[in-house]
Amino acid sequence: MTATKPETSFRPQASFSSLSVRHLNSLDALLLVCVVGVAILVGNSVRHMLAPLSSPTMAPLHLNVAYLPGYALRTTLRMFAALALSLVFTFSYATLAAKNRRAEQVLIPLLDVLQSVPILGFLTFTVTFFLGLFPGRVLGAEFAAIFTIFTSQAWNLALGMYQSLKNVPDELEEAARCFGLTSWQKFWRLEVPCAVPSLVWNSMMSMAGGWFMVVYSETITVGNTHIVLPGIGSYVGVAITQRNIWAVLAAIVAMLLVILAYDQIVFRPLASWATRFRLEAGPSTASVPEPWILRTLRHTRLLSLLGDMILGVARKLGTLPLGGRFRPSSQQGQPVAARWLWWSVWAVILLAALEQAGTYASAFYTSRQILHVFMLGCITLLRVVSMVCLASIIWVPMGVWLGLDSARARRAQLVVQYCAAFPANLFFPIFVVGIIRFGLVPDIWLTPLMILGAQWYILFNVIGGTSSFPGALLEVGRNFNVSGMLWWRKIMLPGIIPYYLTGVMAASGGAWNAAVASEMAQWGDITLKAHGIGSYIAQATVEGSTSRVALGVVIMSLFVMAMNWVVWRPLSEYAYRRLKFS
Amino acid sequence: MISPLPDAQEGAKSAILIEARHISQAYHKDSAVDLQVLDDVSLSLHSGEIVGLLGRSGSGKSTLLRILAGLLTPTSGDVLWQGKPLEGPDPGIAMVFQSFALFPWMTVEENVALGLEAKGIHGAERDRRVENAIDLIGLGGYENAWPKELSGGMQQRVGLARALVVQPDLLLMDEPFSALDVLTAENLRTDLVELWSENKLPVQGMLVVTHNIEEAVLICDRIMIFSSNPGRIAHILSVPFAHPRNREDSAFRQFVDHIYALMTQRAPIVSEADITSGQGQAAQPEPIFKALPQVSITMMIGMMEALAAPPLNGRADLPMLAEKLQLELDDLFPLGESLELLGLAELEDGDILLTNEGVHFVLSDLDERKAIMGHALIHYVPLVKTIRSVLDERPTHTANAERFRDELEVSMSPDYARQTLQTVVGWARFAELFDFDEEGDRFFLEDDGVE
Repeated sequence: MTATKPETSFRPQASFSSLSVRHLNSLDALLLVCVVGVAILVGNSVRHMLAPLSSPTMAPLHLNVAYLPGYALRTTLRMFAALALSLVFTFSYATLAAKNRRAEQVLIPLLDVLQSVPILGFLTFTVTFFLGLFPGRVLGAEFAAIFTIFTSQAWNLALGMYQSLKNVPDELEEAARCFGLTSWQKFWRLEVPCAVPSLVWNSMMSMAGGWFMVVYSETITVGNTHIVLPGIGSYVGVAITQRNIWAVLAAIVAMLLVILAYDQIVFRPLASWATRFRLEAGPSTASVPEPWILRTLRHTRLLSLLGDMILGVARKLGTLPLGGRFRPSSQQGQPVAARWLWWSVWAVILLAALEQAGTYASAFYTSRQILHVFMLGCITLLRVVSMVCLASIIWVPMGVWLGLDSARARRAQLVVQYCAAFPANLFFPIFVVGIIRFGLVPDIWLTPLMILGAQWYILFNVIGGTSSFPGALLEVGRNFNVSGMLWWRKIMLPGIIPYYLTGVMAASGGAWNAAVASEMAQWGDITLKAHGIGSYIAQATVEGSTSRVALGVVIMSLFVMAMNWVVWRPLSEYAYRRLKFS
Repeated sequence: MISPLPDAQEGAKSAILIEARHISQAYHKDSAVDLQVLDDVSLSLHSGEIVGLLGRSGSGKSTLLRILAGLLTPTSGDVLWQGKPLEGPDPGIAMVFQSFALFPWMTVEENVALGLEAKGIHGAERDRRVENAIDLIGLGGYENAWPKELSGGMQQRVGLARALVVQPDLLLMDEPFSALDVLTAENLRTDLVELWSENKLPVQGMLVVTHNIEEAVLICDRIMIFSSNPGRIAHILSVPFAHPRNREDSAFRQFVDHIYALMTQRAPIVSEADITSGQGQAAQPEPIFKALPQVSITMMIGMMEALAAPPLNGRADLPMLAEKLQLELDDLFPLGESLELLGLAELEDGDILLTNEGVHFVLSDLDERKAIMGHALIHYVPLVKTIRSVLDERPTHTANAERFRDELEVSMSPDYARQTLQTVVGWARFAELFDFDEEGDRFFLEDDGVE
């Protein structure tokens, strides 16, 4: 009864009719200029996209730093386009899987497989496909790049949203039914809000993969087709062929600024907004300060009114009385005959696919070839495992040290998040220059590149695990003077293992993906190659050999899936059962 | 104070608001056996009255409420709403949830408006009705608050306002006050009864599910007492008091005592409801293994020690004991019945008394207590006896828990089977009869050096 009227209300504070020019303030003017500027740039970029592939606008990239902001914007636009595409995909795919039992039985395992496929392996097929779709236009290449980013985000997002939809609290579901919400209303007012935190979190997390992909896919060589899309990635590509290390560094700085801006302008406000949709009740953990961008927006009249109007329209759309109201049905399982039919259809499809794959394989591959690629896979597996171990040895103690102090942990997590989002492949040229300069063995020294971006997952999760370690248990340890190895073995390590495993799973997945980009590197006309399935795929892509790419991708996917099913799933399930607090 | 509008109430007796006829609800399992949750329940609610469904957890009263709300279709039987068959949620029926079920991303005002917007009521009409409901229920000033900023009591007020704003004829309440602390619950209950008595609520009847005996007597005009497993209406009582009721009044206390007695007696007095339920029982063979409630050994020991101690000296009145030990009905009854099952105490006419064995237990040291408990478990709990003898027979002295779980699931839901095994493991560990390996999901004998 003592709660006061909240100060932080998001209600409109001025009505639209009261708006006049004198109410606009200088912030408004500033933001308006920004908005118009961005709009012009976007329009300009889109015009380029529609141009033919070999027009003068596709003039060779300039390494002049003045061009860099424009390139950065193009790269960012691709990211946005991919994110939008991923969201559209997520909404339809996850909703279908969550609502339809039969679709679910097929879609969810499929998602699991898609998640294991090395994304860069798709490139050969997507480039061929999209260039065929828009022959002779930049648009085709743009789509191929955007689709590559899409594949690095969509599966995660869809799985997250599916899980949220499946975990809508029963009582809210009942309340929605009881008050007669139609299926459309229920979707927008109950189910989507439930999924918002997962959507925001997953799109933040898959940013890292996204930047990596966009940088990689801007310079695509598939067989005889060589495409350069203006952007940071292609800028670095040109810098590599011209052996210009300063341009590489400039690109790194530009990327850093882009990620910083993306985070501050898009994700901080989104994350802060998403906390409202969190379902767990209880006092909000450590009051998060309102992001400056939201504060600024609130102080501008025009833009905040615009925002309110958009929200209002969205609310109106969400309450349209579309779809049917809930009617209970006596839950009868589907008839046995229908179930049989359903599964036999799938069995037939599976057999047909197997047969096709079999004939294809016997026509194009010899068993020696398959064995060879399998051996290459084992080499890369060795690389991944050794790199994950190395990263663990370095980052687990470091993460625990950082996580034990809450202030330190918060700062460190912020930094690590930026590190994780940064596309590690921009750093590859620097390593490659080092390897060439000192004449090092590529088979060993190219290896660390694959963990360069993925290691942060380990650190991030270890810090998270340590900072949520119950303080009382630490005090018990201090009380009994537990220290040294005993402290690690009995107190700290068991407590952080569930988190550590989450990190390691993500890191090893990232490392497999990065293998394609990192096992083969160029500097000028020198090509460094490490043996492994990654370089095999990369080489085949450059040569445009579809059948070899397919073989490489399939075998690499099998490795990743086997790792997931044999090692990571059982381990993390065990850790979840035994070692999770509460 | 006189009963609110006695004439209106009398006159309305004829108007039946909602009627449930021979409702049975079975929990469908993969195997052939269906588990009965509700067994042939019939009830009717007249306009102008508050009916309480009183029973323990597992008696199916919440299921019945959801059937009446149109959220579930019963396996057999039908529901008549204002004379017509009910098919799904009806705009004339609104529900208040135990856990409030507020949407965390909507403000108080938006939460309240939900039902109106679903109906397509917008603009000034919506605002006016929302404001009225908010003012009526005492939420004025909180319109723009987020649910998580509110205390539990205020959250449930939002739940009430949300239900009332659609001006339902019937208000269904699923344990509306059980998630609140005692003072808050009392405050909200009093406010609700007052609004009802003063005819300020836009509803014609209310149905309240509760497991709190006093609460039922405080609010309801009629109380239906449910028996458990499967849920049946065991007794129907009319509450003869006018609002506002005084819980310290001796007639009130007697009425509460009477309900306690009804709920603890082994051979219930014959009433109309009993005859039908008795027949139902005869049709179903008694299962070998019974579901056990979640009762820990420490609670049983604590209860026995409290009973044996001086002011009680081995015998206590249940309502008094509930108050003294700060126990809810859902804790007290399972506790008493578990002690009765083990032959350590007896329930009789709303009283609980220690048996000789129980007194002996309290006076013994730990080793002796373990022995007494082991003896009681082997004798009175068939499941413990079966598990132990299987373990004794096997040379490995281990047995998979899966098998016993399957056997239990013949006569109870998987949830109850899990809970029963959990309870059995807790008791058997205390008595050192056998141990359980959670990782391997198996029982084993401890002496045999298996871990």
